[in-house]
Amino acid sequence: MSNDILAITEHLNGNVADISYEMVGGAKELAAGFGGQAIAIMLGSGMAEQAGTFASDATLYVDDPALAEFNPAAYGRVLAALVEEKSPRLIMFGNTSMGMDLAAWLSVKAGVPCVAYVNHLAVEGGELVATAQIYGGKMAAECVPAGDSAIVSVMAGAFPLDAGQGSTAAEQMASPVSLDDLPIRFTRLIMPEAGDVDITAQEKLVAIGRGIGSDDNIELAEELAEAMDAVLAASRPITDAGWLPKTRQVGKSGVSVKPKLYLMLGISGAPEHIEGMKDAEFIIAINTDADAPIFDVAHYGTTEDLFDVAEAMLEKLE
Amino acid sequence: MNIVVAIKHVPSTADELEINDEGVNLDFDEVDFTINEFDEQAIEQAVLVKEASGGEVTVIGVDVIEELDGVLHTALAKGADKAAKIVGDLEPPIDSHTQARWLADAIGGLTPDLVLTGVQAVDDLDGQIGPMLAAYLDLPYVGVVTGLSVSDGTATVHKEYAGGVMAEFEVNLPAVVGVQAAEKPPRYAPISKIRQMAKSADLEEYEADENVGDSGCEIRKMAKPVSAGHAEMLEGDAEEVAEKIIEILEERGLL
Repeated sequence: MSNDILAITEHLNGNVADISYEMVGGAKELAAGFGGQAIAIMLGSGMAEQAGTFASDATLYVDDPALAEFNPAAYGRVLAALVEEKSPRLIMFGNTSMGMDLAAWLSVKAGVPCVAYVNHLAVEGGELVATAQIYGGKMAAECVPAGDSAIVSVMAGAFPLDAGQGSTAAEQMASPVSLDDLPIRFTRLIMPEAGDVDITAQEKLVAIGRGIGSDDNIELAEELAEAMDAVLAASRPITDAGWLPKTRQVGKSGVSVKPKLYLMLGISGAPEHIEGMKDAEFIIAINTDADAPIFDVAHYGTTEDLFDVAEAMLEKLE
Repeated sequence: MNIVVAIKHVPSTADELEINDEGVNLDFDEVDFTINEFDEQAIEQAVLVKEASGGEVTVIGVDVIEELDGVLHTALAKGADKAAKIVGDLEPPIDSHTQARWLADAIGGLTPDLVLTGVQAVDDLDGQIGPMLAAYLDLPYVGVVTGLSVSDGTATVHKEYAGGVMAEFEVNLPAVVGVQAAEKPPRYAPISKIRQMAKSADLEEYEADENVGDSGCEIRKMAKPVSAGHAEMLEGDAEEVAEKIIEILEERGLL
C-alpha cells in the first residue's frame, strides 16, 4: 500500500486529452495531502514525446503496439497489473468515453471502491473526500470511500488544465502482462462527416433540447435562429432522435463551443451538456423547470414557455 | 442469439428532488421512479439486433421499489421476449455494485451471447453497472456505443469519443456492451399492448442475495450543488420576457 496517486491519462490520434493534464494537476494537489507522489500513467505506442508533457512527480509510459489505440481489454489488463503492483492510494480516471469503460470495471476487479462523476476532491485528516454530481447534476453527493485505496472518475473541468502541464521525463516500460488473444480488437477510427456548418465557429447559437418536444417544433427554432442571424445547435436527445444532424450536438460526446451568445430552448443542463457550453460568453436559458441546473450556468433565464417566448421574439424581430 | 438487457429503475430527475431527513440521499418516498433513459436505448438496440440476426431478448432489472412490473411489461410490448426481476426485502438506495452483483448472478445462469445495458444512469454514484457486470461475469466490455451488429460470434461496435469521432471495435461474444444510443430512436409501445402484456406475461423472479457487500462508497452528505452564480431570472409574461431578451441582446451588440 502506497500513498501515491495514479492519474490515468488518455489520448486520441496522438493528442493528449485535456482532462489528462487536469487530472495530473489535481493529483499533485492531493498527493501532498496524502504524502505520496502524483504519477501520470500513459499507455500507448510511439507516444514517448507526449508522455513527457506532464507536471507529475513521475510518469510511467507503457509502450506496446496493442496499446496504440484505446482498447478497453488491453488497457484494462495493463492497468489491473499496474494497480496490483503499486497498490496506490487513489486512481483517477477521466469521466470520459475511455475512462467510463475502465473505472467501474477496475473497481470490481481490484476490489476497490469507486466514485463516479466527481467534480471535487479533497484530503481531510488523511481521508479522501470525493464530491460527485449525480441525479442529472441536480445533487452533489459527498463520500469518503472505505478502505485505503479508491478509484474516482472525474468530470472534465474539475481541475485547472495548466497545473498538470510540465516536462517530467517519462519512465518507459514494456507491458507487464501479455496482450495476446485480446477479446476486443480496434479496427478503425471514424471521423465525423464534414459538410454541415461548423457550430464551433459560430458567434451565435440557438440550442434546443428535449423541451422542444417534437420534430415539428424544430422549424420554429430554426426560424428564430435565422431571425437572430444565429445557427441551430442541440443537446444529445435531439441528435439521437435524428431531428438535427450529429454535427450540431454540443456536449461531452459532441463538440465544445464558445460562442458570443448561447440561447437555450428547453435544455435542463445535464452535466454532459454543460461540459460543452459552459465557456460561452453569454448564456440565456429558457426552461420551465425553475430547478434546472442550467440556471446555475446561464446569465439570464426564464421559466416562461419556450414556444411562447420564441414566437414573441420572432414576431418582434421580423 | 441470446440477448440479455440489464436495466435500472432510477429516480426521475424530471421532478423537483427532495433530500431525506438524514441529509444523505433523496427522499425516495417523494420521488417517482422511471426506467434509466439509456436502458430504453439498450432495449431498442437489443430488439434491433434480434430483428437483424435472430434470437431472443430477455430484460432483467432489480425491483428496487416493487414497481418494476410496468417497466418490464413495456419492454415486452416493445419486442422483448422474456422479462425477469430481482426481488427481496429491498428499498432504495441500492448501489450499482450491489445491483451489478445480483444481475451478474442471474445473467450468468442465462448463458447470454450478448449483454446490453444503458451506458450510465443518474444514480451511478459508485460507477456504471455495465463494466461491473463485465468484471463479475469475466466478459469483455465496450461502452458509449451507438452502433452494433453481430455476425459469427463477433460483435462490431461503434464507440463514441468527443467531437463526433468514433472508434470501431470487434468484440468476441459473449460480451457486455454499454449503449449510449440505439441506431434508431426507441420505438413506441401502444398502451393496449402493454396492458395485454400485464395480463398475460410471466415475469421470472430471482431472489436478491442480501449477503453481497456494498460499494464502500457511503454518502455522508447530499445537497443541491452550490453554484458560483445563478441566472438573473426575467420576470413577466412571455411577451415581456421576449422583449427583455431582445433588449439585452441589442445592448450587448448581439442583435
